[in-house]
Amino acid sequence: MLKKRIIPCLDVDRGRVVKGVNFVDLIDAGDPVEQAKIYNSEGADELCFLDITASSDDRETLFEVVKKTAENCFIPLTVGGGVRTIDDISRLLHHGADKVSINTAAVENIDLVAKAAKKYGSSTIVIAVDAKKNGDKSWNIFTHGGRKPTDIDALEYCIEVANLGAGEILLTSMDRDGTKIGFDNELLSTVSSSIDIPVIASGGVGKLAHFAEGVLEGGASALLAASIFHFGEYSIKDVKTYLAEQNIAVRI
Amino acid sequence: MKLVIINYGSGNLHSVHKAIEAVNNNLENPYEIIVTNTPSEILNADKLVLPGVGAFQDCKNAIHKIDGLFECLEQVVIGEKKAFMGICVGMQLLAEKSLEFGECEGFGWIPGEVIKIEAPADYKIPHMGWNEVTFRNHELLNNISQNTDFYFVHSYYFRTQKNENCIATTKYPNSITAAVLKENIFGTQFHPEKSHNNGKQIITNFLEWEPS
Repeated sequence: MLKKRIIPCLDVDRGRVVKGVNFVDLIDAGDPVEQAKIYNSEGADELCFLDITASSDDRETLFEVVKKTAENCFIPLTVGGGVRTIDDISRLLHHGADKVSINTAAVENIDLVAKAAKKYGSSTIVIAVDAKKNGDKSWNIFTHGGRKPTDIDALEYCIEVANLGAGEILLTSMDRDGTKIGFDNELLSTVSSSIDIPVIASGGVGKLAHFAEGVLEGGASALLAASIFHFGEYSIKDVKTYLAEQNIAVRI
Repeated sequence: MKLVIINYGSGNLHSVHKAIEAVNNNLENPYEIIVTNTPSEILNADKLVLPGVGAFQDCKNAIHKIDGLFECLEQVVIGEKKAFMGICVGMQLLAEKSLEFGECEGFGWIPGEVIKIEAPADYKIPHMGWNEVTFRNHELLNNISQNTDFYFVHSYYFRTQKNENCIATTKYPNSITAAVLKENIFGTQFHPEKSHNNGKQIITNFLEWEPS
């Protein structure tokens, strides 16, 4: 049976982890490669780097980080943040990313989705969607790291990018992000039941039960979390053991 | 001994290279690993690896764009029977044809065709993530337990004409070919380079394999 994937996400700024795990035996807690190695050995199913480097001059550091991570971690690595062109995608893949996630650039230039999927294969292209509730079963998307509102309907947008060849949707609820009250399962199930491609749940997970809800109520194929892992509240193993107890298929 | 990884611009080239390198470094007699598309170097290979992601036709075209590449692959693999491993689309290319985006001819090294995964409506396509693999005993699957998880990403799969060429399967929920084998030609639908320790074991097995 296909397993539900658990994906830790690291925010990387100028090549350094911003929110990191306080592992005692870690020589350099700010080194994304060291963190990635630990998640890799703990049984993470994939890894996700979100590059939040503001200045494009500093972005070169990310490529080195991706390269070193790919040399040490033999699980899929998704990299997102500031991806704007086919060339950006190409460089990330060339340095060892397995998938690239695109957010703002896909909204501003929807053709990029089809072009990228055609060139590198759908499975390589993840479309990251930041959605905020604006009414009953209705969500709008935001761009620029959640700072800029749009009047684009989240569901319609997800259907469109799926039709254009996106391989996965990384769906973040802006209402839930950082709240620790659980995923927006209504958003997840609305989108997941309307498209054929997998949906990765993101935003709001605070306790073990939330992971199960994301699968059972939200219909998510994968579950992404950041702070719950970084602050050591739960390990990947804790999450997987719990999900297995709830009869949700995970890779142990 | 030389192991050549064919470079025709495939997206997973770097990952495949790094995983093979990591495994190779632990061997008693490591290979010289060469990433290339130069026919003269390929003709000197003792083992060959063909990565591949994306659309079947795009990969096929990319290979044929490189002058003499396919011909020397055929000489080394079919003519000289050197050990070969194809990964994902690199494995699908071994088929006679693919039906992805219209019909497209493959290498025709293993009888069968590449067709769309047929699954009930509540099964997501692509088939993406870790799934259990069951297999027939073979040295290429040494030190792997039955029902071990490997990482898959694909929407099409290789339906071999002969059962004997399908040595491993996974379920989604129907049976899907996970690995093929014909004499010196081996291929995996899953990505060993992304399947953590079990993936490394498959690579180890391939590096140690001496097809008779």
